[in-house]
Amino acid sequence: MNTTKLRVRQAVLQALNDEMESDPDVIVMGEDIATAGGAFKCTEGLIDTFGPRRVIDTPISEMGFLGAAVGAAATGLKPVVEMMFIEFIGVALDQLTTEASRLRYLSRGQVTVPLVVRASAGAGLGFGCQHSQMLDYWFRGVSGLKVCVASNAQNAYGLLRAAIRDPDPVVVLEPRILYGERQDVVLGEEGIVPLGVARMVAEGSDVTVVTAGAMVSVVEQAAPLLSGTSCEIIDLQTLVPWDKRVVVDSVARTGRLVVVEEGPWTGGWSNDVAAHISAELFGSLRTPVLRITCPDAPVPHSTELERRFLPSPEYVAEQTTQLIETGRTPAPWWAREEKEL
Amino acid sequence: MNDTVNTEADPDVAEEETSLDRRAALQGNRLEWLARMIEIRRVEENVQTLYNDGHIRGSTHLSNGQEAVSVGIAVAARTTDTITCTYRGHGTALALGVSPEGVLGEICGRSIGCIGGLGGSMHLGDTTVGLFPTFAIVGAGVPVAAGAALTAWVRERDDASIAIFGDGSTNIGAFHETLNLAGIFKLPVVFVCENNLYGEYTRINLSTPVEHIADRAASYGMPGIAVDGQDVDEVVAAVQGALDRARAGDGPTLLEMKTYRYSGHSRADPASYRPDGELDAWMQRDPIDILRQRLLEKREASAEEIAAVDGRVEERVAQAVAAVLASPPPDLAEMLHHISATTS
Repeated sequence: MNTTKLRVRQAVLQALNDEMESDPDVIVMGEDIATAGGAFKCTEGLIDTFGPRRVIDTPISEMGFLGAAVGAAATGLKPVVEMMFIEFIGVALDQLTTEASRLRYLSRGQVTVPLVVRASAGAGLGFGCQHSQMLDYWFRGVSGLKVCVASNAQNAYGLLRAAIRDPDPVVVLEPRILYGERQDVVLGEEGIVPLGVARMVAEGSDVTVVTAGAMVSVVEQAAPLLSGTSCEIIDLQTLVPWDKRVVVDSVARTGRLVVVEEGPWTGGWSNDVAAHISAELFGSLRTPVLRITCPDAPVPHSTELERRFLPSPEYVAEQTTQLIETGRTPAPWWAREEKEL
Repeated sequence: MNDTVNTEADPDVAEEETSLDRRAALQGNRLEWLARMIEIRRVEENVQTLYNDGHIRGSTHLSNGQEAVSVGIAVAARTTDTITCTYRGHGTALALGVSPEGVLGEICGRSIGCIGGLGGSMHLGDTTVGLFPTFAIVGAGVPVAAGAALTAWVRERDDASIAIFGDGSTNIGAFHETLNLAGIFKLPVVFVCENNLYGEYTRINLSTPVEHIADRAASYGMPGIAVDGQDVDEVVAAVQGALDRARAGDGPTLLEMKTYRYSGHSRADPASYRPDGELDAWMQRDPIDILRQRLLEKREASAEEIAAVDGRVEERVAQAVAAVLASPPPDLAEMLHHISATTS
């Protein structure tokens, strides 16, 4: 197997390079992605290899260039659009949620939109409340769109390649806090991570912890803190469509489900997982489903507050321990704080 | 896609004619241009009747008065050129080649409709003649047309695209962002603004600080040309010129078609905000009358030939209405098809 050590940002770049090499219809577009190589250096050097007609610097006009990417995808190209920060798609949302996702339906299959929107996302770097959100909830409820989240260099590489090959629009979220992480990556066809398939991070028998994105390593760090409890950890990788089979099979064995999400308490994807498992396995659950999320609040800038905003390994361990010991779901920290105040 | 009519009256016309055939019929046949413009007018008259009779739900946006723009574009464009259009698209769809059954069937939500009754009046399309399903969000089709041009630019082919939109769309970000983008890369796209003087219920002077939409082109480094949108010959010449320019690699053009919609914004709008006499003045320059007059004056067609066209179109549209009313609604399963590749 062709394995190499890459930072997450380099894995993204490698995926773009490999797909562009194998398919001349793949182009990349975005702000400062060509000459400057991207704000997070995920597209560095591509212009030298593939030239200015396939690696396109756009003006700062997301609706214009995302819309143009929709039209290009609908007429035969496979554009990969970089949104520097996922929040920037707000001014262009119509093109993805109302146009790209509907063209196949409205043309009865005549027009397809093999478009990828990839974006840096998530908290942890002090960018403040307009540059730190995951925002997967802007896309998850829109039929016709797929949404995935990278959690390491391997799936940053493999999910992106799968997304580019997908015949429909896909949003790929890259937690920017991970861009600098350096890990082993299997390259080539073997390294491709199919959409809709979860990854078994660790096998265990007492509790299933379902998570995604930057929370995967948080949960991995939490597991050893749960003395005497064996955790099965599942990285969903794709949020829409999510891998129901793997999660149901796991919880059927462990009898307990904890979902850890970097996202809001209200409207987060962990609600979908909790509802599905509760309905499917109601009689065989040993405890209610526990959700561990961020509070319904903007992401704070201050280091201390942002650290508290995100689920930490200690918090995940503490909440999970309480669940197992009491058989009831502990209140989230902010609800306890409110009571104390 | 091109549902055809099963009729005993005239099997040759109805059963075999595709959207491409209907488009090809316009080439070099100015009498057919007239026929198509009359067809658009008659179809839209039937929209009103069908609504009154309870066959139409949702909204409809008529383009009566703007027929010369639709037909002029259809004459000048190739079927391989991508065309995006707004929800005021009955005329564009018919002009480009979609059948009267396809348009009326779609408006009535029947399976005979051009997208099987799933879309309704605001979503007419047929890519065999270049028409993307029409866009029901103001401005949304403008960047998509530029994207089709981007494909031609990346592949270095001489395809072009056309974005058709109203004057109201020129105040939304998508218009400005797209013209800017197309200006930078000199994309082979033609921006056709149908300036019918009203954005929904509001007159253009209350929403737009320039008199001529064409003037806006200067900001984006492209020519802006105001065109008499009631004169199909003027429309054909302007669109042809802009398409030639686009294919030659000289970049985009903004064309402002000065035109007028005879009806209100949508069915709900009686258009009582229009100044007295404005509608009458525009009807003095009716696009169908102008072409009919010209064909007679230039002896391209006789009065008898023109009368025959009127009769033929009348019959064709009546046939379409009958076929639509006989058409069943789409199957329930269609609702879950074509959402993604896995539900095709």
